[in-house]
Amino acid sequence: MTTLLEIRGLNTYYGESHILRDVDLTVKAGEMVCLIGRNGVGKTTLLKSLIGLLRPRRGELVFNGAGLDRQPPHSRARAGIGYVPQGREIIPQLTVEENLKLGMEALPGGLARHRRIDPFVYELFPILQEFLPRKGGDLSGGQQQQLAIARALLGRPKLLLLDEPTEGIQPNIVQDIEAAVRRIISETGIGVLLVEQHLHFVRQADRYYAMQRGGIVASGPTSELSQAVVDQFLTV
Amino acid sequence: MQLLFESLFNGVAIGSVLLMAALGLAIVFGLMGVINLAHGELIMLGAYTTYVVQLIFKLPALQPLYNCYVLVAIPLAFVVSGVVGILLERTVIRRLYGSPLETLLATWGVSLILQQFVRSVPMAYAAGLILALVSGFGLPLLLPSGWFAGARARLIRLGSWAFSAFLGVCLAGGLASQIDRIARADARNVDVTAPQWMRGGLEMADMTFPVPRLVIIVMTVMAVVGVSWFLNRSVWGMRIRAVTQNRSMSDCLGIPTETVDVLTFGIGSGLAGVAGVAVSLLGSVGPNVGGSYIVGCFMVVVLGGVGNLYGTVLASFAIGVLTDLIGAGRLLSVWPDMPAPLASAVEFFATTSMAQVMVFALIVVFLQFRPAGLFPQKGRMVEA
Repeated sequence: MTTLLEIRGLNTYYGESHILRDVDLTVKAGEMVCLIGRNGVGKTTLLKSLIGLLRPRRGELVFNGAGLDRQPPHSRARAGIGYVPQGREIIPQLTVEENLKLGMEALPGGLARHRRIDPFVYELFPILQEFLPRKGGDLSGGQQQQLAIARALLGRPKLLLLDEPTEGIQPNIVQDIEAAVRRIISETGIGVLLVEQHLHFVRQADRYYAMQRGGIVASGPTSELSQAVVDQFLTV
Repeated sequence: MQLLFESLFNGVAIGSVLLMAALGLAIVFGLMGVINLAHGELIMLGAYTTYVVQLIFKLPALQPLYNCYVLVAIPLAFVVSGVVGILLERTVIRRLYGSPLETLLATWGVSLILQQFVRSVPMAYAAGLILALVSGFGLPLLLPSGWFAGARARLIRLGSWAFSAFLGVCLAGGLASQIDRIARADARNVDVTAPQWMRGGLEMADMTFPVPRLVIIVMTVMAVVGVSWFLNRSVWGMRIRAVTQNRSMSDCLGIPTETVDVLTFGIGSGLAGVAGVAVSLLGSVGPNVGGSYIVGCFMVVVLGGVGNLYGTVLASFAIGVLTDLIGAGRLLSVWPDMPAPLASAVEFFATTSMAQVMVFALIVVFLQFRPAGLFPQKGRMVEA
């Protein structure tokens, strides 16, 4: 498997407070990697540094063989990083259809070249097709989460960043989302970096990294994820 | 009946000038949230553009086409104000996003600069400068992008600016030598003469509709339809709506947000220029002409509900009809024997400027009860 993302010695600050300390992490193509850790240890900060919303002060990001350096988020999206943020960030006054179309901005040529929504997203999340003309902001939390994932997928990313996709969502939709993510990986062979608290979902991943105080303190295949590690790093 | 129609027509005519002027601001202030006090001066630039175009069409070579100078002035005014707006965004406003008070002060300063600019710079040279700017910004977009890769990029960029400057100097020199009236700086107001077909009125069903007013109404309708099509149907419109609602997420989706900002601001400013054409058809054009519209523009946008195009449309017609109703003392003709004190009050407000005072006072009162305007943004705005 080829290495899709390599992070070396990443340090990110919020103003003067040091959030990420020397983070090293890799994601390979076709692999689901899960980032675990309690609240406030820097998981979301790491994802934001990857998509470019935050500027790391030191460290190296290599994506798909090329350095990301100081590229703004939109060039990273076009390079093949799909981002599903915490809180979904659906554009509220745009319809579901328009929100989906915005996902295609990351394709070469952007929206001007791509007009049709690839129907595979309706296979993954049938509810979206019913709600196409509705305002994105009027959907429930779970529906918005499905929309956010579908939107990211329409840009055909090579790497998908998922930030707590099951947070505050009813259990049956959590299962749909889990199944969809697994299916995407097996069908398209993209890499997924997942931040998750839900133990069942964490167990689906191939490997895990555990964070504490802004640094990686443990890592390994999830099959070896012991109860002691779970108790230490997951808030259940 | 006839009274009603006449009143309605006048109201719509006043409202459409206001709407034309406020349309650009509805985009710049309503969508982007930029308080641009120089918006009135962008209107003024559009009006001066019309003036210069009209003088150019008086040259012997173009004399036969004099009647269609307005059609040339509209796109030119759009470009002139748009380019000045883009320059303003890139140099001043970009650095001040998120700090409204500083933006307000800075753009007010810019408005003073622009006013003084048209007083002290001869129009011919101003036209040359604008042409140089348009070509300087535009050339790199037209040339194959391959030219700008590698070591020669700086040289080519320099060359294109030098060429633009040369073009500008040529235009300035040419205009100054051909048309005396714009070869020297002139701080006095100037008058734009409407072409033959725009003078007089159209007789219909015992009523006379002044043609310039009709032209402005048609222009406004076209502008509103165009803007609403652009925002709601075009790809760039969707990008603009996405960026104005959630900038950082739009960026993460692959939308080049800085380009969107430039485009949005350019279009808003360009519309101010088109409004300038309309303004020049109504009265004399001077450096201060923008000031008389800017307050009305902000009132319209706020009254309509910030960020809502249809609210802006309705608000400007409401203000137009109200202004006519109060300003022409219509109540007196509807109800001739009203009590004397009331009648004298109505008469007191029956002048253009007092009517404006009254309308603004009414708007202030209205906003006390509906602070978000006629059509506030509604819907579950999501906890996100």
